[in-house]
Amino acid sequence: MIGLTNYLTVAAILFTIGVFGIFVNRKNVIIILMSIELILLAVNINLVAFSVFLHDVVGQIFAMFVLTVAAAEAAVGLAILVTFFRNRGDIAVDDASVMKG
Amino acid sequence: MIPLQAIAFYLMATTTILAGLAVVFARNPVHSVLFLITAFFSAAGLFVLMGAEFLAMLLIVVYVGAVAVLFLFVVMMLDVDFTQLREGFSRYLPIGGAVAGLLTIEMIIVATTVATQGAAKAGAAPNASGGADVTNAEAIGRVLYTDYVYFFQAAGMVLLVAMIGAIVLTLRHKPGVKRQNITAQNARTPATGMTIVDIKPGEGISE
Repeated sequence: MIGLTNYLTVAAILFTIGVFGIFVNRKNVIIILMSIELILLAVNINLVAFSVFLHDVVGQIFAMFVLTVAAAEAAVGLAILVTFFRNRGDIAVDDASVMKG
Repeated sequence: MIPLQAIAFYLMATTTILAGLAVVFARNPVHSVLFLITAFFSAAGLFVLMGAEFLAMLLIVVYVGAVAVLFLFVVMMLDVDFTQLREGFSRYLPIGGAVAGLLTIEMIIVATTVATQGAAKAGAAPNASGGADVTNAEAIGRVLYTDYVYFFQAAGMVLLVAMIGAIVLTLRHKPGVKRQNITAQNARTPATGMTIVDIKPGEGISE
């Protein structure tokens, strides 16, 4: 029987993969952004699982808002990345400590 | 005999997790994006399995159709040496793995406790629609456009601001490109638009 625990476990593992990805790929901003998307996906799985197993549809509404914010974050993050690449010709994050215009 | 639901769950859960690992470990960022699409796809399958069909479709449309394509576009547009960006990978691997392992164990323990003893005591069969005779999309719509209509509009504002922000960040005017300036054209008068030169016979015009 597939219960709430199984879904929460999948979400937990996916969340940690995201955190691990940020830890390990510290220089590559694109992979960091993808890891953030993985983390948000794990959060969505959690929200939907609780929503379904508690018979409350509000959790899915919340998951929808998380989806919206994730899309906005990806768009703005990639736009910043493109601007950064145009200015420096590179996307290594540890060079980004000096924020000159 | 294993029920079909369990087979589907374990198949999609394994795919999601393996694709997530491949996103982090892939050497080529294009492969990372493709594995990200796989992860989203199988996560959408998990949503369908739970009975949240509307969010599953939303996940595919928004993530696979928009966000992943945006990632792919940017990865292919940037001309970066990605192997050089991977240095430090093995250096951070032990501590990253330790933190990740600890986090997973903690979260699974908490999840098991919550699911078996906490507020969400297991045993209830999955039923996403909330009511007996409404579909999942209808149930979401009934709540979203009544109780959460202001949040819905706020989400629209978030998307609008993000769109304008992305355009403002990436828009640039190249110098030296000739463009039509209609205001300047309309503002021209004979006084500013032409000069009358008095040419004496036999001299011509000197610029």
